[in-house]
Amino acid sequence: MDNIVGQKSSLTWAVNLVAVALVLLWTIPTFGLLVSSFRDRDQILTSGWWQSMFPQEATLQYRAGAPDTAVQEGGLYVIAGNVFDDGTGFVSAFGTSTREPGAYAAGDVAQTNDGFELTVQEDGSYRLTSAIPFEGTRGERIFVTTTQAPSFTTENFVRVMNAEGLGRGFLNTLTVSIPATIIPILVAAFAAYALAWMDFPGRALLIATVVGLLVVPLQLALIPLLQLHLKAGIGKSYLGIWLAHSAFGLPLAIYLLRNYMAGLPRDIIESARVDGATDFQIFLKIILPLSFPALASFAIFQFLWTWNDLLVALVFLGSTQDQLVMTGQLKELMGSRGGDWEILAASAFISIAVPLAVFFAMQKYLVRGLLAGSVK
Amino acid sequence: MEQFFSAATTIVIGVGGCLLYFFLSNIILDRVLPASGPNISRNINRANAIRPWLFLLPALILLALYLVYPLIWSIYLSVMDAGGQRFVGMSNYTWMVSDPKFLESMRNNILWLIVVPAFSTFFGLVAAAVTDRIRWGNFAKAMIFMPMAISFVGASVIWKFVYDFRPEGQNQIGLLNAIVEVFGGTPETWLTHDIVNSFLLMVVLIWIQTGFAMVILSAALRGIPEETIEAAILDGASPLQLFFKIKVPQIWGTILVVWTTITITVLKVFDIVLTMTNGQWGTQVLGNYMYDWLVRGQDSGRASAIAIVIMLLVLPIMIWNIRNARREMR
Repeated sequence: MDNIVGQKSSLTWAVNLVAVALVLLWTIPTFGLLVSSFRDRDQILTSGWWQSMFPQEATLQYRAGAPDTAVQEGGLYVIAGNVFDDGTGFVSAFGTSTREPGAYAAGDVAQTNDGFELTVQEDGSYRLTSAIPFEGTRGERIFVTTTQAPSFTTENFVRVMNAEGLGRGFLNTLTVSIPATIIPILVAAFAAYALAWMDFPGRALLIATVVGLLVVPLQLALIPLLQLHLKAGIGKSYLGIWLAHSAFGLPLAIYLLRNYMAGLPRDIIESARVDGATDFQIFLKIILPLSFPALASFAIFQFLWTWNDLLVALVFLGSTQDQLVMTGQLKELMGSRGGDWEILAASAFISIAVPLAVFFAMQKYLVRGLLAGSVK
Repeated sequence: MEQFFSAATTIVIGVGGCLLYFFLSNIILDRVLPASGPNISRNINRANAIRPWLFLLPALILLALYLVYPLIWSIYLSVMDAGGQRFVGMSNYTWMVSDPKFLESMRNNILWLIVVPAFSTFFGLVAAAVTDRIRWGNFAKAMIFMPMAISFVGASVIWKFVYDFRPEGQNQIGLLNAIVEVFGGTPETWLTHDIVNSFLLMVVLIWIQTGFAMVILSAALRGIPEETIEAAILDGASPLQLFFKIKVPQIWGTILVVWTTITITVLKVFDIVLTMTNGQWGTQVLGNYMYDWLVRGQDSGRASAIAIVIMLLVLPIMIWNIRNARREMR
């Protein structure tokens, strides 16, 4: 529409501005959690993720060498060393009490309560001197304010995959979602063909029923189906959840595929019929290959839906640690480890990585499916 | 590994079984009623009458067993006691209207029903309008659409982090409280703050659904005939007038579709409330309250009655959809 007369360019900057604002609003929350999943626990809890790109100030407590490590230099007793274990770091300020941990700038000389003199240099080396011998067994406390370079780690991911059992959850989710995506496609494709291209009494009624079933709330089906599964001996098992997911996905699958198939050119089908092809052959050889875009659209929907589902999995699968799917594990973690953001963030990202990859790879089909699937 | 084999076997058995059924049933039909011989025309007619049902049978069985039967059985369970043993009449429903938690759920659901579709559609419309006019529109669309792929639970983790609270004086690690502090406010535990918390949960769903609204509305906006737009511009319409007086009225039907689709999602909302507050601090909604009575309360009567209420709320949209679909088929 760029070429339409009179489209004003004066509004362009405003339009761009609104778009930037929307994109930022919609991505920042996810980005924040993504950044946090790469930070270690202490960092997450002491500073906002938006500060993680910059060097951080932190106050560390250190104990100087014990009194018996003191050496005599001239008339003074001296304890020297470095507050950094690995010898690298930058000290901007130091202090001798918790109340004023940053009272002195690096290089200054501080008087401690016990009458010692303390200096800490920028590189972390310190020198504690006294005119009388040091006493006691514990070293003097030193507080230093350091600047730490931004640091990121993949440790959180390793930890949740193994120790927190998310690796197992990942497998469980995969086990649920793949059969639950493939089975309804096949069942729905045949039904959709019958509803689109075969003539039989009650066809209109069936289509109306499918449209109606599109919106039936899942909540309604939970109790009766759970009872049914228990009676039939399926109980809480993968078979049960596959059947449930397949059936719940069917109305949308039939609706999408029927609409798509009904839009295919009549000529192709008629001429195949004239040539003596049976409906079964027409379906397999002509309709199915032509319907690929619609099949792909539904497959993505169903995959995202089964992968992301929590309710059906909670009800139809057991809730022991090795039966939980990833969404179930996330829910448990939110309850039991609500403050451990490094674990939550890493777990959340593992669970949304696959749907995001599918989303970015197949966005075209997803959009097409949405356009066809919203009941007009 | 064992699990993988069982999943792979199920796929093979399930898919293979389906294929086998469709193949075999069609072959048998062709054998029993061959399209040749003395009764050829009668055979063809009969085969044509039977074949659709062969195609439909597996789907019909699944739909009947997993969607139609539960609908009926839920109505039955909702007039039975907690264990489904004894007929109790309407007492589950009379319990409801005097139960404060149920009334709270209804109040919240009505709030959700007004706020979430309205904001999602509004933001979706704005996003569609602006992304269609900029060069990096496709990228912007993908970014706004992305939350659609994220699970409700994942989204809850993302947003709970945004709402995180540290006591005053500490560094805030949640974005919301950090912003509040920048503007001189005091940090709050937002999720325990009655009414405000419900809106904060709605934000999560709006964030997810806006992309959906944007995609549908963007397609509708692009489908508007250019003549009407050109005519309006020649008549001197300003860009805003053009949008609100010419474009929006033409896509009104699509806006309604988006609105109702989001409405249905809202009525079923469950995951977000369960994982973020579990219905505490005045945030309960019907979907989660039903789950609560099912799992924690172990009362299939009350849980079913709540499910029926959700169904009744969906019903008008269901009827509207069916009527539209029928009109379109004619």
